[in-house]
Amino acid sequence: MSGKVTNGAGEGTGGSAEGWDAAFFARWMRAAADAVDREADRLTELDSAIGDADHGGNMRRGFEAVRSELDEGVPATPGSVLMTAGRKLVSTVGGASGPLYGTLLRRTGKTLGDAEVVTGEELAGALSAGIDAVAQLGGAAAGDKTMLDALRPAADALADSGGKDLRAARTAAEKGAEETTGLQARKGRASYLGERSIGHQDPGAASAALLMAALAEAGGEAEGSA
Amino acid sequence: MRMLINVPETVVPDALRGMAAAHPELTVDVDRRIVVRRDAPVAGKVALVSGGGSGHEPLHGGFVGPGMLDAACPGEVFTSPVPDQMVAAAAAVDSGEGVLFVVKNYTGDVLNFDMAAELAEDEGVRLAKVLVQDDVAVTDSTHTAGRRGTGATLFVEKIAGALAAEGAPLERVADTARRVAESSRSFGVALSACSTPSKGGPMFELPPGELELGVGIHGEPGRERRAMMTSGEIAQAAVDAVLEELPSDQPVLALVNGMGATPLLELYGFCGEVHRVLAERRVPVARTLVGNYVTSLDMAGASVTLCPADEELLRLWDAPVRTPGLRWGV
Repeated sequence: MSGKVTNGAGEGTGGSAEGWDAAFFARWMRAAADAVDREADRLTELDSAIGDADHGGNMRRGFEAVRSELDEGVPATPGSVLMTAGRKLVSTVGGASGPLYGTLLRRTGKTLGDAEVVTGEELAGALSAGIDAVAQLGGAAAGDKTMLDALRPAADALADSGGKDLRAARTAAEKGAEETTGLQARKGRASYLGERSIGHQDPGAASAALLMAALAEAGGEAEGSA
Repeated sequence: MRMLINVPETVVPDALRGMAAAHPELTVDVDRRIVVRRDAPVAGKVALVSGGGSGHEPLHGGFVGPGMLDAACPGEVFTSPVPDQMVAAAAAVDSGEGVLFVVKNYTGDVLNFDMAAELAEDEGVRLAKVLVQDDVAVTDSTHTAGRRGTGATLFVEKIAGALAAEGAPLERVADTARRVAESSRSFGVALSACSTPSKGGPMFELPPGELELGVGIHGEPGRERRAMMTSGEIAQAAVDAVLEELPSDQPVLALVNGMGATPLLELYGFCGEVHRVLAERRVPVARTLVGNYVTSLDMAGASVTLCPADEELLRLWDAPVRTPGLRWGV
């Protein structure tokens, strides 16, 4: 299998002082699949308050498909891991989440280019580009009570640390997600509720926080194994 | 909550297998999740493709057949289908005359159909899109995802389908579809919340003796909660809300639509009240369709959709149609 390294088989070590390789990104995606699976019921519960009670199931279906794809073989570069995962999400999730999460990962991956190892700073910049693409596709801005309210603070925290502090990104995402509770939705199905959307956490922001938590988890493993 | 299902995860493919068994005139591809006219592509004819979350049956799969849609893409319950389905459907029905995507205005549907359109155009399919956004309950459309697509979808699919069947070119089919979509208005009322298979219970709590005015078709709460009203009072509220935004005083096509759990006996009573209010407002009704067509699983309630119709639209409305969900003139 030329052009591919197998995660966990010793070829990819994940994180290092120089940066992160494809194995690290595959671990991120697998950690995200674990987190979405574990928290699916909570996501659906959040979605039943202001949406249509399917976010957990849809995200689980999508990330399980990503996991299966990675089990077949991990692409050679960080960028191609994320682009593969993004394409899979578009093909399997449906709803708004499929195109939005798919675009996030595809654009982030595309921005990382062909490098076999990327630095934290490069990741922070690429993630920011991915988030810009999501904002453009969905037409949402900060404070609209969407996934952006978790993603944007996370990318900013990562950039502020020079791309080193994945835990800060996670903390910022979780704080951002929690703070959507007080916001009125202006995008997506929750927007039809107007003021009645206030008082409920946005399910998309909650799943975005899980994605950032998975990134920190993958980073933690990398540090542990380095 | 008792549901006539096996397990929640297979509700959509189970229903598609049943559809395949009942309708040999359709090709139901359970794996790729598309429902296609068996005789597609029809030579010389523009093809119509629609789709959306499941749970609104007979929309959209039940409207596939001569005189209406060429293919439908059912998503998971209340979840937009994915671009792969739409691209596969477009490829299956395109005769070379082009394909019209009929899209209800929800963020997920719009994003997935946009992605599909790009992919299908890359494969050489000539594409046009029409966006259905008829629900007047969404008032603040600049600070929301915009007016929802509901009952007018049936008008668009029937009328554009009839025009395509006459052999009209893509641009004309798309123009007429947009004219219907842009001039139709709807308003819906819920007397109970619906239950999705995955949740297994009601999507919101509606205490006895109360109703929701201005609901969509996904079990989301509406614009306003009120103490229970009579059929006549509900008709007054719904028709008033629709007429306030109806951009014409022509005779109308009227759809008196059940949400899934309201008996036809009640729906016809409601239809009588809708006609009474329209007569009081001096709006002539040219045609009326009563029944469960754009549903929201097991929600009780109804919606009213009005479309101003000139002679051409009425001729297309009356044209023959042969689908599982709508059938006349054949």
